[in-house]
Amino acid sequence: MALITVKDLALGYENRAVVSGLDFEVESGDYLCIVGENGSGKTTLMRTLLGLQEPISGQILFGDGIRKNEIGYLPQQTQVQKDFPATVAEIVLSGCAGSLGNRFFYGKKEKQKAAENMKRMEIESLKKRCFRELSGGQQQRVLLARALCAAERILLLDEPVSGLDPKVTAEMYSEIKKLNDGGITIIMISHDIDSCIRYAGKILHLGENIFFGSKDEYLRSRMGKTFTQEGGAIA
Amino acid sequence: MMEKLFLYLQYPFVRYAIIVGVLIALSSSLLGVTLVLKRFSFIGDGLSHVAFGAMAIASVLKLADKMTLILPVTILSAVVLLKRGHNARIKGDAMIAMISVGALAFGYLLMNVFSSSANISGDVCSTLFGSTSILTLTAGEVTACVILSLVVVGMFVILYNRLFAVTFDESFAKATGVKTDRYNLIVAVMIAVIIVLAMNLVGSLLISALVIFPALSAMRVFKSFKSVTVFAAGFSVICALAGIIISILAGTPVGSTIVAVDVAAFFVCFFSGKLIGGIA
Repeated sequence: MALITVKDLALGYENRAVVSGLDFEVESGDYLCIVGENGSGKTTLMRTLLGLQEPISGQILFGDGIRKNEIGYLPQQTQVQKDFPATVAEIVLSGCAGSLGNRFFYGKKEKQKAAENMKRMEIESLKKRCFRELSGGQQQRVLLARALCAAERILLLDEPVSGLDPKVTAEMYSEIKKLNDGGITIIMISHDIDSCIRYAGKILHLGENIFFGSKDEYLRSRMGKTFTQEGGAIA
Repeated sequence: MMEKLFLYLQYPFVRYAIIVGVLIALSSSLLGVTLVLKRFSFIGDGLSHVAFGAMAIASVLKLADKMTLILPVTILSAVVLLKRGHNARIKGDAMIAMISVGALAFGYLLMNVFSSSANISGDVCSTLFGSTSILTLTAGEVTACVILSLVVVGMFVILYNRLFAVTFDESFAKATGVKTDRYNLIVAVMIAVIIVLAMNLVGSLLISALVIFPALSAMRVFKSFKSVTVFAAGFSVICALAGIIISILAGTPVGSTIVAVDVAAFFVCFFSGKLIGGIA
């Protein structure tokens, strides 16, 4: 069974659907990019997958032993975080908060997990630094390490490279690719169609028409052609 | 001067005032860190005006124990305000402003129209700016205050990790299985309790100061959440203690003296933060 199966899903706020009739599947190890214009419902879809809002209708089924809150999440940064006094270590460790269960404090297991993920994201040396003083790329690495503390198998990334310079963007993409090669399923929202095509295995295009399929199918489709050309022209 | 202080300390009511003052300062500063970071600095102000309105109603109804009305009303408003804060039609700040001035106006109106007291403006003034009532606390009130503040401090300590997760990034916490609604509710109830307790100390206009100054001062100097929290708590306790002692010795109003000390200490933190550039 697929990791996530979405059946005839309608999404939106207060019964006003932004997207409807959505069907797709995410298999273990996939690299799925969600593209589409502003307002096409990309972030709404992500919030619905994460259980932050209810779908209007339709189903989201989790298979393969994945539970609802076993999805790691890299959100877009909020205003609150820009001047938040917290160290890198504190933030990465907070990824374990969901798995505390009935306990109140973090134990050895959580601290070790945080240390491992900081190592994985190469931010060990920043451990005691204050989050708000880091560069954009470093901040994203911290938030990725936190997401990995929350879930080992699926990551949802909401525009992970927005606001980063080209060099750091490339680093970020290769970091994500590395995670995917290590067996982590990636679902990513992106505006950057070129990189989507370069890295993703599957594309979900939201808009008036919905496309879901492999990257090659997408490039051959009319929708893909128009969108990639437009994207290219703008870039 | 020391002799005068020791003389005063022999009176139980002075000792009560110090115990209550320090505990309220401690618990409000802990919650303050979360509230300031979540951009809810003004909630203290709004809720204290609600508490003022509730107190006016309780006086008009001639309730023997005003707390039975004030506490539930304030808790309810806190829950509504914090819950609706984000995606409401009326935005969080406008909502707080609305409830705040509305309650203030109604409270004053009720006190004026129905009051049996001969000195209305005196009553109003002491509710708004704190009164000598902190020096007239009974042993029962002190016990209640001690228990409630210890519960708040205890809750804060055991929920520390979750509160951090929810404050830093509520969506992430919720998506990864933290019951954020539950913790928001707990914070709302705790802040309401603190505000009702603090009305005796500094009065309803000055409560915000106890909530925001310790957190803001700590954030000038420290850079990790833990050190900010610990410093804010210490800052608040020391300022409250200093304020109460100064007010006893100099005969100034308790509430405004504490807040004045807070403001002065904030500037000390502000400039030392600029000077040393922050400590992790």
